[in-house]
Amino acid sequence: MFGFHYRLERKTIGLVLAIIGVASIGGIVEIAPLFTIHQTVEDAPDMRVYTPLELAGRNIYIREGCYACHSQMIRTLRDEVERYGPYSLAVESKYDHPMLWGSKRTGPDLARLGNKYSDEWHVAHLNNPRDVVPESIMPAYAWLSRTELRTDDLSDHLKAQRTVGVPYTDDMIVNAAADAYGQAAPDSPQAEGVVKRYGKATAVRAFDSRPGELTEMDALVAYLQILGRLTDAAHKPVASAEK
Amino acid sequence: MIAQLTKNERQVALLILLALAVVGIAMAAGGRHDPFGAHGALVLLAAIVGSFAVISGYYAPEPPESRLDSYYDDPSKAGIILAMIWAVIAMFVGDWVAWLLVNPNLTFDAGWASFGRLRPVHTSGVIFGFGGNALIATSYYVMQRTSRARMPDQLTPWFVLLGYNLFCVIAATGYLMGVTQSKEYAEPEWYADIWLVIVWVAYFVLYLRTLARRKEPHIYVANWYYLAFILVVAMLHIVNNLAVPISWGSAKSYSLFSGVQDAMTEWWYGHNAVAFFLTSGFLGMLYYYMPKRAGRPIYSYRMSIISFWGITFFYMWAGSHHLHYTALPQWVQSLGMTFSVMLLIPSWVSAGNALMTLNGAWHKVRDDAVLRFMMVAAVFYGLTTFEGSFMAIRPVNSLSHYTDWTVGHVHAGALGWVAMITFGAIYASVPWLWKREAMYSARLVEAHFWLAVGGTVIYVFAMWNSGIIQGLMWRTYNESGTLAYSFVDSLVAMHPYYIARAVGGLFFLLGAVIGLYNIWMTIRTAPQAAPETAADRPVLAGGAVLQAGE
Ligand code: HEC
Ligand code: HEM
Ligand code: HEM
Repeated sequence: MFGFHYRLERKTIGLVLAIIGVASIGGIVEIAPLFTIHQTVEDAPDMRVYTPLELAGRNIYIREGCYACHSQMIRTLRDEVERYGPYSLAVESKYDHPMLWGSKRTGPDLARLGNKYSDEWHVAHLNNPRDVVPESIMPAYAWLSRTELRTDDLSDHLKAQRTVGVPYTDDMIVNAAADAYGQAAPDSPQAEGVVKRYGKATAVRAFDSRPGELTEMDALVAYLQILGRLTDAAHKPVASAEK
Repeated sequence: MIAQLTKNERQVALLILLALAVVGIAMAAGGRHDPFGAHGALVLLAAIVGSFAVISGYYAPEPPESRLDSYYDDPSKAGIILAMIWAVIAMFVGDWVAWLLVNPNLTFDAGWASFGRLRPVHTSGVIFGFGGNALIATSYYVMQRTSRARMPDQLTPWFVLLGYNLFCVIAATGYLMGVTQSKEYAEPEWYADIWLVIVWVAYFVLYLRTLARRKEPHIYVANWYYLAFILVVAMLHIVNNLAVPISWGSAKSYSLFSGVQDAMTEWWYGHNAVAFFLTSGFLGMLYYYMPKRAGRPIYSYRMSIISFWGITFFYMWAGSHHLHYTALPQWVQSLGMTFSVMLLIPSWVSAGNALMTLNGAWHKVRDDAVLRFMMVAAVFYGLTTFEGSFMAIRPVNSLSHYTDWTVGHVHAGALGWVAMITFGAIYASVPWLWKREAMYSARLVEAHFWLAVGGTVIYVFAMWNSGIIQGLMWRTYNESGTLAYSFVDSLVAMHPYYIARAVGGLFFLLGAVIGLYNIWMTIRTAPQAAPETAADRPVLAGGAVLQAGE
């Protein structure tokens, strides 16, 4: 073996190929089957896609680095299930490009945050967390309420999402900007289209309490309120934890 | 710098800069309403500054043929200075975000100053800015010495070094503007990723071309590690960053993968960024600078072989230990755990090989702070890998995951291993490169050493404490069978440890500032009168070189 190596290390290309070969095996064995084995991701026929407003909110969540402090992955451990809710299923993030499971809980897990608090609570909390939770070390995001949401490129967003595999229809893509506006303006003519395209259960309300203006705060709160609620799959089996 | 390029190279440089300027203009125009446009302007600016530099030296006489009798070290010098500048900036940001966790009100009501945007500036700044520049600079130095050959041309090393720094600047400024893919350690967006691929291919080809010119039949161990670093990082980077941009005028893209497949791909990448960026590359550094400085050959050639292939093979299986108890199928988690535990063997063989190399030179370790940096690095490497293998065991990970324990482990590796070996290598090479007798001040090196060790110990102990307390509080039940502590209770318990960590980090940062000053002053002192040693030249037959098999 060492004799073989003594010869190998005299050949640059041989060494290069050996490194590539040896380093490829692990990834191929562990990753490739995840795309082919059907059981990897559960079935959830009731699962819907993010509305344009929620998607925009998700992008703000990414932009601000909320994932650096918050996980969205409840592990199969008794204390986590009791603290946060049923453990997360793979299917719940199947439309998440990329996933936001996170690796650090400086703040609590958010996988089942939807409907836990009112919109007003979220707006107050994001404006200044310490107004609501005095001990909090979360940054204040007051400028979100002052910043208008950009919607002109939402159709491009949905189109790219469809390219990577999220089932947005042509109708959804064309109407993305109008739907974003409509979802946060319940009395506007655009509101109807949102329910038509994304289902009756879709929350259509003025998330930041100001129906006239579409702000980044609207988008982020809409996203926070849908967390864990794209499908009921996780609630169906009696979620039994491993420990 | 321009005067060292041949006429032909100056022309090629201008062409590259012209192409870069065109790309910059296209980006700036296409992305007028987007941070993408700002980055276009940045690229354009870089191209203009570069062009001015080339044009101002364009009519300088050609470099003499005699240059080929010596190694080409100027890119290494620039790389070392850049590494130290990145170190100070990125560690300052690291300490700043550490204080943000103590007092969250320091964000000036501005997006760029909030924790979520600054944290990746810290992580990318230290890993890619500091670590990456140090790796490129030392790899240039090492590949030429161990091959006894000069680099094949003068332009490629500059292209790689400066192109890489352009990538780092785009990454860091992007985070401040909110441009991020959110994938840990792979945050830069698609256009920065494409640019890095171009730079990286040039780097790889440069390495191969230099090796092809070598006058030594064997490729020395350090080069195996640098090669693995370059190759595998390229593989990881390309696969994990596959994404579809929403348009050619926007910074935003969507990852090709989603959910569980994305998680596995991301941590296959993330863990092996640790392996091949933060471990392989720096082991390459260790395998050259430690024996050189100690004046002793590597203890065991066979141990080098075992550890090299062990690390290259096992690490690639271990990524799933970042996903224990998640929605990832259990068989993948079990494989990850198994391989992580086995990984301890090659890791400790490496660390052992390094420490045994010091046998017979321990008196030097006592007297020489530079060698001591390297020795402490090897010890922390052993500690961190032991801790890592331990944390990869599922029940242990159920406690440590999501807590500050991970952050403690990270910085035991990052401060204790990565930064220490880098400082050691830099302190060793600065006098060699600039032909000075020694560093400007040995006492400042000593001061840096103790600040670094003290800072690391404070940091790591603070995070071990806070992490374990946090993990225990989250899972403690009271007598009636309900959870005993709210999340906010655990938050309050962290406060003193966050202060301690920020203080420890400040020590470490202070050390780095002293290091930068010391290096600067060394460069400013008069060069050594003695002619350069005969051995430090390419193409000479014989002489004391480090040779595999010794
Ligand atoms: C520095 C880390 C940090 C960052 C960054 C951060 N948070 Fe938090 N977050 C916390 C902490 C700590 C808490 C717990 C205290 C509290 O409720 O404020 C928290 C709590 C929350 C809660 C309440 C959760 C619950 O179940 O009670 C929500 C919602 C939330 N954060 C959303 C966000 C969003 C959205 C962002 C990004 C815009 C964000 N956080 C960024 C640290 C952070
Ligand atoms: C035998 C070697 C090693 C093993 C088995 C190992 C294992 C682990 C484990 C189990 C985690 C925690 C994952 C989680 O719960 O989220 C982790 C995190 C980490 N380790 Fe290691 N480790 C090793 C060596 C190192 C070294 C040498 C470094 C160098 C700096 C390092 C850097 C990191 C980083 C940066 C993370 C954090 C990733 C994140 O969550 O962002 N590790 N490692
Ligand atoms: C002055 C010294 C340093 C200080 C004060 C510091 C501080 C910090 C802080 C506060 C965090 C965020 C932790 C959290 O989210 O809870 C962090 C994360 C991180 N730092 Fe540092 N750091 C320092 C040096 C370094 C160095 C030299 C490296 C690498 C070479 C490094 C690599 C990292 C990494 C990889 C993470 C992400 C960890 C994770 O995701 O788990 N740091 N650092």
